[in-house]
Amino acid sequence: MSKIYVSTTVNGRPEDVLCEAHQTLLDLLRDEIGLTGTKEGCGTGDCGACTVLLDDRLVCSCLVLAPEADGKEITTVEGIADSQEGLHVVQQKLLEHAALQCGVCTPGFVVAAKALLDKDPNPDEKTIRYWLAGNLCRCTGYDKIIRAVQDAAQELTPTK
Amino acid sequence: MAEAANFKAIGTRPIRPDGVEKVTGRANFGADLNLPDMLHGKVLRSPHAHARIKRIDLTKAQAMEGVYAAISSADFPQEVTLSLSKNILARDKALYHGHALAAVAARTPRIAEEALERIEVEYEVLPPVLILDDAMQEKSTLVSEDLRTNDDESSPPSNIAATQRFERGDVTQGFAEADVIVQEEFRVPSAHQGYIEPHACVATSNPGGRVTIWCTTQGPFEVRSATAGVLNKTVSDIKVIPSEIGGGFGGKTVVYLEPVAVRLSELTGKPVKMVMNREEVFRATGPASATLCKIKVGAKKDGRITAATAWLAYEAGAFPGSPVGPGCMSVFAPYDIDNFLVEGYDVLVNKPKVAAYRAPGAPQSMHAMECAIDELAQKLDMDPIDLRLKNAAKEGTVAPYGPKFPPIGLVECLEAAKRHPNYVNKPSEEVGRGVAVGFWFNIGMQSSAEVTIAEDGAVSIMEGSPDIGGSRASMCLMAAETLGVPYETINAHVGDTESTGFCNLTGGSRTTFATGLAVVKACEDVIAQCKARAAMTWELDVEQVAWRDGQAVPKPGVNIDVDPLSLADIAKTMSRTGGPLLGRASLNAQGAGACFSVNWTDVTIDRETGKVDVKAFTAIQDAGRAIHPSYVEGQMQGGAVQGLGWALNEEYIYDENGVVENASFLDYRVPVASDMPMIDCEIVEVPNPSHPYGVRGVGETPIVAPLAATSNAVRDLLGFRINDLPLSPPNVLAAIDEAD
Repeated sequence: MSKIYVSTTVNGRPEDVLCEAHQTLLDLLRDEIGLTGTKEGCGTGDCGACTVLLDDRLVCSCLVLAPEADGKEITTVEGIADSQEGLHVVQQKLLEHAALQCGVCTPGFVVAAKALLDKDPNPDEKTIRYWLAGNLCRCTGYDKIIRAVQDAAQELTPTK
Repeated sequence: MAEAANFKAIGTRPIRPDGVEKVTGRANFGADLNLPDMLHGKVLRSPHAHARIKRIDLTKAQAMEGVYAAISSADFPQEVTLSLSKNILARDKALYHGHALAAVAARTPRIAEEALERIEVEYEVLPPVLILDDAMQEKSTLVSEDLRTNDDESSPPSNIAATQRFERGDVTQGFAEADVIVQEEFRVPSAHQGYIEPHACVATSNPGGRVTIWCTTQGPFEVRSATAGVLNKTVSDIKVIPSEIGGGFGGKTVVYLEPVAVRLSELTGKPVKMVMNREEVFRATGPASATLCKIKVGAKKDGRITAATAWLAYEAGAFPGSPVGPGCMSVFAPYDIDNFLVEGYDVLVNKPKVAAYRAPGAPQSMHAMECAIDELAQKLDMDPIDLRLKNAAKEGTVAPYGPKFPPIGLVECLEAAKRHPNYVNKPSEEVGRGVAVGFWFNIGMQSSAEVTIAEDGAVSIMEGSPDIGGSRASMCLMAAETLGVPYETINAHVGDTESTGFCNLTGGSRTTFATGLAVVKACEDVIAQCKARAAMTWELDVEQVAWRDGQAVPKPGVNIDVDPLSLADIAKTMSRTGGPLLGRASLNAQGAGACFSVNWTDVTIDRETGKVDVKAFTAIQDAGRAIHPSYVEGQMQGGAVQGLGWALNEEYIYDENGVVENASFLDYRVPVASDMPMIDCEIVEVPNPSHPYGVRGVGETPIVAPLAATSNAVRDLLGFRINDLPLSPPNVLAAIDEAD
């Protein structure tokens, strides 16, 4: 089986990978590059644990074929915190609000919530709930996650 | 509670010690480990709910390029006849759609999957037993031909694996005294735990027979003993290293993959990784029992319950062992009832073997009872909280399941509910409100902890309870409180089966209570050693030294002028005062302390679609003492939403052949963020006298009350009751149409 050459950028770093045609972007990240922060909860695009940014678009990486990442820029949970600045405000607020219990859905929520705040720095509760409706969390009942994102938004754009 | 105000660490809400790892993707979960030269294992599963296996031919799979081994149950010790063993790989019969039949190990997951397609299985398809009522009939098809009720060899084979019955007083007399009687039947469907992380493990066996397993589990020591049992090994042959765990809720207390991965590793000489996909998780793991519960309750005009009976039938799945026992024990637990009778049935059906799910057994039976209590309140025209207060169990009440309750917080929760602004503010006409009570026993069991002090005074806790919801933070808080040192100087680690003392699983809401108790005692051991070191330094008797605010000090009245010695001071010189400081404790914790809750749900219903929307939800629960209140609230909120999911949407859907039709998160719909409101919490604290800080477990009770609270809210709004769950749009719409 011949492999497909995929040249992509992950968290700002060029990555050249040989993939099989059936492999997903999630497989590429986890198995070929070793970035296991992105999780597989279902493999069918229903749980959001594998959420990444593909050229600034939120996708379930389990539904993207690895060769489709060729020439694209990918951001995973490993690329959200800044090595100089530390945690992103979304990550910090998730911790302060105790908004994770088991933590396996958290990478997907971090990527999705950051993408929301990049697009809409001041979302209302309903907007946050609908934006994150593609990310399943079975532990928290969502309450503390929503509050953490509200708090992060507040910190990014304090209301007068 | 004056003493509560004196706590420095307990009751605060610091960031969990493993938090940064988990928000940055660094934490390693079950599927995140890869070893050099590792193979990938996959499982072939039965397409039939019930079939005799006439032949399994593995030769074509074994012959495939890249395949290293293909196995069936014939490759396991046949003398082991545990049902666990027969669940891991079917022997003579496939007993449910998804039952494992064979497994392969191959160079890549893809090759392993292709190899599964080359395994030839010859079946004799049998009619499946799918409905509880059918399974209990004398003439029913049998799931297991040699199963006899309660192992009674004189009775004919049956699908009823076990029965139980307990009673108090005289129910006939009790019902005769009643002014009102409610009698209803309720069905609750099977629900899956729905943890986001599928089961996963890596196993490696060395040529000397030593096995190491990395896996996602609630109980590494239980994985060790279960795997040893299935493979006929001794536990000392096996080391289990728990990964971070991506949710369990009871579903990761049993093994499915681990013995198979070990066997494949033994045969190939290579590490073998196995990861389930979501469809496998739905078809072959969990779920909670589907149930049929018949309740009869009688009461006087003033609300005092005079008698109650419960008839409870629980699906066990393909092997005996539903949680009907705890279902029976919990059904009347909140109430002080003189006359009752409880009967329970553990019933086999051709569905996956059920597993524990958060307060296993209680949500179903208590849904029935709490709906019946609500009907009673309607008939008596009483406030549902007042009716419950009238009958509430309290300290000294003899629980229906035997023991006399020590201090419990049910009355306190009910009174807090009556005062709560969310309850005082009555809902509008378009909103229905339902109240229910929740309960769970909680367990203690065995835990160990070792507390090591570094040379700079930093504290390291080693314990064996996988951290499924922030327990490391609770351990650090209890250690900070006991030692009198800052939380930030403490870290907690979950060890493997060879690096820490024996520890039972994270389950039964036991971790903060029992492992917490071990941590407190290990810290007390450190304090005793520090006092001895200070006494040696000061040339005093150890009885003349006290430990105050994280420092050794001479006791009042001891005539010596010295500066206090902090933990860091003592640590700095420990090489000269006797060597490393290491405290330890191991125990079998008694007196876990039952946990009660009161919940209410406010709902609206779209009469065009039958969709029930939760507009508000309030949870009040006794935590004994909230060590980290945010994680206590987290349990309350998470359990509430799981309970709401079970009440509103979640169910297994089978076709007439027993094929699961909704084995995905698309079709098995758990609540998402946009389905839910904020979950308001109030923590009540009635300290548990069996724990130094008053802790009682809080993890399981939260899922119990939301089922009936939601049913009761729908009844409040519609004016009639829908007895069966889920209250999904088609079911609610059909009920509305029928009522019109």
